[in-house]
Amino acid sequence: MSALLEVRDLKTYFPIRSGVLARTVGWVKAVDGVSFQIQPGKTLGLVGESGCGKTTVGRSILRLIPPTAGSVAFNRQDLLALRGEELRRIRRKMQIIFQDPVSSLNPRMRIGNIIGEPIEVHKIASGAEKRKMVASLLQRVGLDENDANKYPHEFSGGQRQRIGIARAIALSPDFIVCDEPVSALDVSIQGQILNLLADLRAERNIAYLFIAHNLAVVEHFSDDVAVMYLGRIVEKADARELYANPKHPYTIALLSAAPEPEPGRKRDRIVLGGEVPSPANPPSGCPFHPRCQLTREAAKGSGDPSALITFSPRGMTGSISLRVLDFGGAVEVESGGEKFPVLKKCVTEVPPLEAKDGKPGHTAACWVTK
Amino acid sequence: MPTPLLEVRDLTVAFDTPRGQIRPVQNVSLSVYPGQTLAVVGESGCGKSVTALSILRLIPSPPGRVLGGQVLFNGKDLLQLSEKQMQSVRGKDIAMIFQEPMTSLNPVFTVGEQIVEAVQLHQNVGTRQAYEIAEQAMQDVGIADPHKRIHEYPHRLSGGMRQRVMIAMALSCRPKLLIADEPTTALDVTIQAQILELLRKLQEEKQMAVMLITHDLGVVAENADAVAVMYASKVVEYAAVNDLFDSPKHPYTEGLFRAMPRLGRPGGRLQTIAGAVPNPRRFPSGCKFHPRCPRMNGDALCTQKEPELREIATRHWASCHHIENFAAAPITPPTSDAIRKDAEAPA
Repeated sequence: MSALLEVRDLKTYFPIRSGVLARTVGWVKAVDGVSFQIQPGKTLGLVGESGCGKTTVGRSILRLIPPTAGSVAFNRQDLLALRGEELRRIRRKMQIIFQDPVSSLNPRMRIGNIIGEPIEVHKIASGAEKRKMVASLLQRVGLDENDANKYPHEFSGGQRQRIGIARAIALSPDFIVCDEPVSALDVSIQGQILNLLADLRAERNIAYLFIAHNLAVVEHFSDDVAVMYLGRIVEKADARELYANPKHPYTIALLSAAPEPEPGRKRDRIVLGGEVPSPANPPSGCPFHPRCQLTREAAKGSGDPSALITFSPRGMTGSISLRVLDFGGAVEVESGGEKFPVLKKCVTEVPPLEAKDGKPGHTAACWVTK
Repeated sequence: MPTPLLEVRDLTVAFDTPRGQIRPVQNVSLSVYPGQTLAVVGESGCGKSVTALSILRLIPSPPGRVLGGQVLFNGKDLLQLSEKQMQSVRGKDIAMIFQEPMTSLNPVFTVGEQIVEAVQLHQNVGTRQAYEIAEQAMQDVGIADPHKRIHEYPHRLSGGMRQRVMIAMALSCRPKLLIADEPTTALDVTIQAQILELLRKLQEEKQMAVMLITHDLGVVAENADAVAVMYASKVVEYAAVNDLFDSPKHPYTEGLFRAMPRLGRPGGRLQTIAGAVPNPRRFPSGCKFHPRCPRMNGDALCTQKEPELREIATRHWASCHHIENFAAAPITPPTSDAIRKDAEAPA
């Protein structure tokens, strides 16, 4: 089966301008070499913290932000080479649902026009036929067909997100970027929207790029999951595999930091020191090395790098086997006001995204783990 | 049982709006004990933030006003104090931190100036000494190099750092009670873990009581001693954290637990609560949860009579007419065995 969407080495840089002539003095590498595929009807979850570039990935794919380099193939057509009418035609098949259901709907437009506009722009239907389509879309997302005459402010957050979904599916797309679709919603509403998106996926064979920061939501909703850190994918695997058997120290830290609704359960939380560095000035080598527990532990006992390091995110205990490599010894780095040793290789060379544990579907970018 | 540090009794708050009066907080009673954490959970519009603001009398008036009830702090009713007396309580005895670390700091003053202002307002110290206290407070909340950072403007700091500054400011006068209104909602999960751990540590060191307002049941489970669940202006369930998570009694609490995706339990459909949170202008009659309640069976009791909060089990209160008829299905934490069984069981 060929992939519906294939993203290769996508890079999106934003210039930093300074001075009276607004000369470019540097680049913010918001997305720095991201590759993935999505099969028809499947969902790739993209997780990461704010500023990691996950939203920019979604928008660059749709060319809402022009990518700097790389290729995006949709149905084997190179999206980045398309112009004018051809681009418009392919965009029908690719839609987006935004995080904020309040600011993503024009407050002066009636719901019927908001949902009907794409139908009209793409000359699919007009007049009574269009109204019929809008009515059936409204019903499909759980609203009333009479809601077409209302304005956005007359709806609650969850209902507005339903309107955004109706607009996105109006053109029968094959692919939808969902950019934090439930993070602005209350828990009781969040479940309703996730169920609706899952039903549409099953009914219409829609593929999703599901961008979110809530790990439990992503696990629940996705077939595959990619974890981003500072503009790069640091780990990617089948959802079950990634959550059961995380390989990248950042993924492990994220999982262990997520609070769980189980009082009294004691777990070894890995509290990461420091903060996400600025993408304008990323650390050398592995971008995660200033916050990485693994390289610190490994550097401490650098005499025997094959030692196992144990961890216990979310109550389960596991261990990571380390590989025997020439790490070039330990060097001292400073982060968050403290100094500690890390492996030299982590500071000098960027680790490639490579298969771990001999599983080709499970890749991670880390020098230390096996 | 020790005496509570803060006791809210039967608090009702109203807002007079051009389109009539609304009551976002009705007959709310809560107790916070010294050194303990009470979590107040609920969805947007349930009245949790208004309750917190009313305790500190920060509700703008008009349009807001307290219709009834007491806010007893160390036995003294805060609602009876003069504005001047209240000012010496705010910040000194009770401090508050807010969700938005971006907008809670003044952009035109350095963080040091802002902490020092709070310190000098409540403690009779000179400027130099106030700066020393501020620097110590910043050190306490884990800000590296406070000697330099104290002269920075807020825009130079990240969200997590700003929230640390807010906490430093709140704790600089050693309050007995800290009200934290969604303190980590705007932060990333790794930063959230840092801030919550910091709060726990400081609470233990200073034996401070915390009222934690949040919508995140995970944060509740890991930080609270007791929990009040609010829905549509009322407390609908109140219990020790273990009791609440082991056996929720109110159908709304139960629904919240079921609607939440959990780590380690992927796939399948989520059980949801039908409908939406009611608008305070049009609260339903009778039990405010009845239009969304799975226990509803056309019973006139639910649509006409508002249930009282009653003690169902020892120190476990809930307000539902039908608790006895529905022995709650236990919601056990997922173990790997349970997950496997789940996957094998026919849907």
